[in-house]
Amino acid sequence: MSENLVPKIKKEAKGVEDQILRRKKPTMSFPVRSLANVRYLVKEGYFEIRGLKKERTLTVNTVKTFAQTLRMMALSKTLVETDDLATKREAYYVSKNWGDARFLEQTESDTVMDDVEALFEVNREQMGFAPEEKGGDVSGALVVVDKDPDTGKTIRIDCTKFGSGAYSIPISVEHLKFETDAKFILVIETAGMFQRLVKHGYWKKANCILVSMGGVPTRACRRFIRRLADARKLAVYVFVDGDPYGISNIYRTFKVGSGNAAHINEFFCVPQARFLGITPQDIIDYKLPTHPLKEVDVKRAKDAIKNDPFFQHHKPWATAMEQLMGMGVRAEQQALAAHGLNYVMETYLPEKIAHPEKFLP
Amino acid sequence: MAQALKKDTKKQSPSPRGKKSEAAPAAKAPKKIVQLTAMDLAEKQREISVSEFFTKNRHLLGFDSPAKALLTTVKEAVDNALDACEEAGILPDLLIEIQEITETRYRVAVQDNGPGIVKAQVPKIFGQLLYGSKFHRLRQSRGQQGIGISAAGMYGQLTTGKPITVISRPGPGKPAHKFDIQIDTRRNTPVVIADNEVEWTPAHGTRVELEIEATYKKGRHSVDGYVEQTAMANPHAQVTYISPSAERFEYARVAPELPKAPQEIKPHPHGVELGILLRMLHETKAKSLRAFLSSEFSRVSPAVADEIAKSANLPVLYSPQKAARTQAEALYNAIQATKLMAPPANVLSPIGEELLIEGLKKQVEARFYAATSRSPSVYRGNPFLIEAALAFGAEHLPADEPITLLRYANRVPLLYQQAACAVTKSVIQTNWKAYGVLQSRGALPTAPMILMVHIASVWVPFTSESKEAVASYPEITKDIKLALQDVGRKLGIYIRRGLREADAEKKRSYIEKYIPHIGIALQEILNISDKERDKVCATLKDTLERSRS
Repeated sequence: MSENLVPKIKKEAKGVEDQILRRKKPTMSFPVRSLANVRYLVKEGYFEIRGLKKERTLTVNTVKTFAQTLRMMALSKTLVETDDLATKREAYYVSKNWGDARFLEQTESDTVMDDVEALFEVNREQMGFAPEEKGGDVSGALVVVDKDPDTGKTIRIDCTKFGSGAYSIPISVEHLKFETDAKFILVIETAGMFQRLVKHGYWKKANCILVSMGGVPTRACRRFIRRLADARKLAVYVFVDGDPYGISNIYRTFKVGSGNAAHINEFFCVPQARFLGITPQDIIDYKLPTHPLKEVDVKRAKDAIKNDPFFQHHKPWATAMEQLMGMGVRAEQQALAAHGLNYVMETYLPEKIAHPEKFLP
Repeated sequence: MAQALKKDTKKQSPSPRGKKSEAAPAAKAPKKIVQLTAMDLAEKQREISVSEFFTKNRHLLGFDSPAKALLTTVKEAVDNALDACEEAGILPDLLIEIQEITETRYRVAVQDNGPGIVKAQVPKIFGQLLYGSKFHRLRQSRGQQGIGISAAGMYGQLTTGKPITVISRPGPGKPAHKFDIQIDTRRNTPVVIADNEVEWTPAHGTRVELEIEATYKKGRHSVDGYVEQTAMANPHAQVTYISPSAERFEYARVAPELPKAPQEIKPHPHGVELGILLRMLHETKAKSLRAFLSSEFSRVSPAVADEIAKSANLPVLYSPQKAARTQAEALYNAIQATKLMAPPANVLSPIGEELLIEGLKKQVEARFYAATSRSPSVYRGNPFLIEAALAFGAEHLPADEPITLLRYANRVPLLYQQAACAVTKSVIQTNWKAYGVLQSRGALPTAPMILMVHIASVWVPFTSESKEAVASYPEITKDIKLALQDVGRKLGIYIRRGLREADAEKKRSYIEKYIPHIGIALQEILNISDKERDKVCATLKDTLERSRS
């Protein structure tokens, strides 16, 4: 795919040059990166980008962004041609040589990068840009088959052999192969909960693979789990905080992708994921200690019900969100510790996993 | 602590609260109701002197807190000093000294170079409430009622026991006298404790000293702010101020001559109430109704007087002193129904646009100044005029906070009760967004700006005797808004011009800065020559400069 990228960049640049020479103000059109521009493909299980585009015309007000976008495209072309990779942070620093066109904050360069990525409908790794972020941690009954970067020899990484540590998902996961007899993958929001389950060898007891996302899952983490689950036909259970952020931002992005990077959702979603907890009903059933919903939580929940195609399609989810707002509270997954530190392993998870059919979609 | 409590209760016992506690046992035994006859009640009924009334209601005069008492005292003395100088045609030279005795006790001295006061008048002016030259006439002046300075004296007497000290020399070559005066609050009469001829350098003038219970704070609502704002609205005055922390502030004279002297006018018939009309009828020396109307009021000619008399069904030669309530009411209604010329308006003394701006410039460095001085209008038969001035882009003011609003009535700064004032309401009701200034609904505009509003009138309608807020007569708020719109428009032109220039500048610099980068990027991607690259840049620059957006 990256072989196609250079001609694509050249074609776009040529278009800009032609418009300028014809004394027109050049325009480029970018796909709109928001939930308003996705549709939920139920059968395939992800958010697909729709055709909405925003025209960016070169005017006095947009000349800076326009220049930055073109320079970012030029950088990407160089990286692809030399088969090199730059992290998002490195790309930001490269821009410091651009004089007045340099980025002042990395968020600015990230936005331009995301725009270019969407413009060419590629993944940023294909453009030669790598994310800075950590992929996620893995522990449990899994062998990852990788290659030694120096010798190219096959190496087998046993994820049971990390003691109290864990295997770290690499940025690029396309070449990995997997060997496992586990029954399911348990995906966990917080590193704290992951630590507890690893330390007490929960994966042995439940015969599963544990993955820690550490908040909203990175693309590499989503892609890793997707490939693993597809390859070994594993069930994927997600265990996050019982709040609008855990449900809407983390779980929804994990399962069907995001509006922001809709052009790559097809590859970076995990449609087989099911929601184990914490459900709003869990808060009642397990008598969990709670905190009141913050204003931003309520806004997020309302927004999900109103604008998110995922919640609009899955009625049980809309109902659960309504229930949570009605209760006006949220519960963290570590709130289970109120019933004893190991209650989560001895009672909560076994009870839940015994009835996967009750999981929210 | 216990002693202080004891003292308190002792103090309270003769007050009206004491009576309440006597009534309490009666309430416990409801059967013993004591019947009081009218005779019994009559024994308790007696005249209340004005001074006694104000002793108990000192908040009405602006002495409700120790901080405010200090300000009010200075203000009353300064008002009098400036009024006296101007009436005598002398350029005012003021010295204001405040000395801290203890943290809760201050000695205030205000000295002017005015005409001085005749020896015989000193006791009454400083030792009797409602005595003065200003209440009985209609003329633009700072003081109105003749309460101010004597009330300050009474407050001092009440809180420190010290008399008010006055030194005055009524002219060169005449002896200077020093008085210590107290007020007999029962009788509202002055008690002269000491009266001596003294050595005093100034050729003419008056110095007033009071010792009062007070607290001193810095800031806008304090004496410091009051003196500064007074200097701004009185550019013809030279003011020296020595603060309680012994700092010396000199406010130099900006205007080399006195403002136009305001003139005294007779009341306009439309502004007179029935009770006052009745009193005027009885007190006049005129022998006929015609003479009464044409001599006691402004804008009433003998012909108009006849017209009024006719419509009131009274003979023109009717003797005013004979008028009873019925006749007075008929006359009152006739006056209201008669069309009359508006009162003479050129009797007022505005600060003027030029001096308003000078005054602002003296106090604050800003990017833009504007002022407006409106022609006079009339409310309830009283002429008044509104002036407004602003300093925008003031350096020391934050851009994200409400503007600083300075209110003046007859050149006196109003420091309290901002929200209750017609000026504040008018500023809020003016649409500042139209002039490029931020404003939230129902709030003062947000800008680094000082806004001055001045109302001059022969009788400024205050909401209370402490003269802190102007009452909202529709005629007054209408004129304030018109003045604000006028300075607002001037500001709007400045702000928009600034924005346009900034826009054009930004456009130029943006094009210069970023077009080369478009050239570099296209060259890197398309491998074009330097010449081709420069052609692309030149063409694009040309296209953008021609376009307006």
